[in-house]
Amino acid sequence: MSTAPQRFSPIQRLLHWSMAAAILVMLFIGVGMVSTVSPRYWTLVSIHRPLGIAILVLVLLRLGVRLRHGAPPLPADLSRWQKLGAKASHLALYGLMIAMPLVGWAMQSAGGYPIVLFRGVQLPPILPHDDALYGVFRIAHSWLAYLLFATILAHLAAALFHGLVRRDGVLTSMAPILATSGHAVVPKRLTLK
Amino acid sequence: MPQSPGLKQMVGALAAIGVTVGGSAAAFAYTAGWLNPGRLTPERIVDALGHRGGDPAGHRRNHSKGVCFTGTLDANGAGTRLSTARVFAPGSYPVIGRFAIAVGNPAAPDSAGRVRSMAIRVTTSDGQEWRSGMNNSPVFVVSTPQAFYEATLAAAVDPATGKPDPQANARFVATHPETAAFNQWAKTAPWTTSFADQSYNSLNAFRLIDAGGNSHAVRWSMQATTPMQPAAQAQLAQLGPDFLSADLEQRLQAGPLRWRLVVTLAAPSDPTDDATKAWPADREQVDVGTLVIRAAQDEADGPCRDINFDPTILPTGIEISDDKLLPARSSAYANSFDRRTVELGLGSRAAALEGRP
Repeated sequence: MSTAPQRFSPIQRLLHWSMAAAILVMLFIGVGMVSTVSPRYWTLVSIHRPLGIAILVLVLLRLGVRLRHGAPPLPADLSRWQKLGAKASHLALYGLMIAMPLVGWAMQSAGGYPIVLFRGVQLPPILPHDDALYGVFRIAHSWLAYLLFATILAHLAAALFHGLVRRDGVLTSMAPILATSGHAVVPKRLTLK
Repeated sequence: MPQSPGLKQMVGALAAIGVTVGGSAAAFAYTAGWLNPGRLTPERIVDALGHRGGDPAGHRRNHSKGVCFTGTLDANGAGTRLSTARVFAPGSYPVIGRFAIAVGNPAAPDSAGRVRSMAIRVTTSDGQEWRSGMNNSPVFVVSTPQAFYEATLAAAVDPATGKPDPQANARFVATHPETAAFNQWAKTAPWTTSFADQSYNSLNAFRLIDAGGNSHAVRWSMQATTPMQPAAQAQLAQLGPDFLSADLEQRLQAGPLRWRLVVTLAAPSDPTDDATKAWPADREQVDVGTLVIRAAQDEADGPCRDINFDPTILPTGIEISDDKLLPARSSAYANSFDRRTVELGLGSRAAALEGRP
C-alpha cells in the first residue's frame, strides 16, 4: 500500500487558495489601473504595490513549504505529455509568481519612483535610476502578467478537467482548507463508451 | 441517434470548463478596457497630446520642451504647524526641477508657450519625496479629465496646414464655460522673456496633515522674487527659439534665483475639486520657505530628464484632494513616462549601433 499523501498539506492548501485570490485580484487591478484615468487609478495603484510585495513573501514561503512537503503523486495513468505539461505549467507558475513582484519592484526602482508600501513605509530601490532599464522592465511587467494570466487559465482548465472529466482526485488534492478532511473522494471518471 | 450518458456528461463537463475559462478571459479583457474602446484611458489622452505638432518621441507628451535645474528648498519651519512632512521642517533640501512650456512639440519656439511650468522633486533625509508640477496660470483651463481630453483633441495639428483647426478650439470653448477664467488670463496676462519672473501655481488642491491629524485643504505657489518685465508678444517672436533657457542660464551666471513657497489655506466653502476656480484673494497664506535655483542643465542629458514629475508622489503629511484631475494626471504622466523611456532606450540603442554618441 502506498503511503504517499493523497492531498496537499493544510498549509499548502491555505497558501494556494489565499494566493490564488491575491494573484487574480492583482492581475485585474494591474490591467484595470493602467487603462483608467478615474479616481480609482490612485486607489488601485496604492493597493497594487503592497499586495505585490505580500505575494512575493507568500510565494517564497510557499516554495519552502513545497520543497519540504512535496506534492501528491500524479495519477499513474496520465500520459507522458500530460505529466510533462503539469510539471512545466507548475514551474512556469512558480517562476512567474516570483518574477512578477521582483520585476515590478525593479521597474519602480529604475523609474526613480519612491516605492511606497504604506504611508511612511518605503522599500529601498533594487536597481539604479535608469530610463533604459525602466523601459525594458516596464514592458516585461505587462507581458509577464499576460503570460501569468494565460498560465492560470490553463491551470484552471486542467484542474477542472481532472475534477469534472477524469475525476482522478487531482482537483480534490487541493480542495479548500474547509472541505471535508480524510480521504479524497474519487467518483467514477467519465469515459466515452 | 441516442447519445450515451458518458458522452452527454462529457459534453456538459467540457462546456462548463469552456464557460469558466472563457468567462475569466472575457472579464480580464473587459477590465483592461479591450472590449470598450469608448473608455477614456491614459493611452488615448497621451495619444492626443502627441498630435500637437513636431515629433514628441522620447519626450514628455505635454510640456514637451524644457530645461533642467538644481537647487534647494530652504524651509523656514512655518509649515510645520500645517503638516508633518519633513520638507516643512527647518532645513535645506535638495531639489531637481524642470522649467517647460506647455506645448506638444519639443522643438517649438519658446514664444509658442503661453503657459510656462515649473516641476520640482524635493528629497528629504527620510527617503521621502515631494513632486509637484505647477503652471504660471492662476487657474487650470478645465476641471475634468474628459474636458482636458476634448481640449487636447481641439489642439490637434492638421498635417496639411501645420496648424490646429481654429474652429475646433472655438467650438470647444463655446461648450465649456469653465474655461473662461483661464482664457481671460491667457488673453490679458503680460508675456515676459524669462522663466525667472513668473510665479507657478499648484492649481489642484491638496491636503496637509498636521501632527494632530487635522487636514488642511491648500493650494501652493512658487512666487517669483525676480521683478516681472513685460514684453510684447511680437517682440518674443524676434528672439531666438530658445530665449527662455538662454535667459535662465544668463541670470544664473549672475547668481541664484529665488521663489517664495507660499501655501494658501482654503475656507470651508472653497472648492477643492475644481482647478478652474480661483479661491478668494483674502485667504490665509503661509510663507513656508524659499526655493533657491543655482544651476540649469540641458534636458537631453540633465538630471530632470528621467523624472516623472507626478504630482501625486507626496511625502507623509501631504495628501491628494478630491480633485479628479490629480489621479488622471498621475495615470497620464505614467503612460507618457512609460512611452518616452522605451523610446529613449530604443533611440540610444539605435544610436549605439550607428556609432553615434
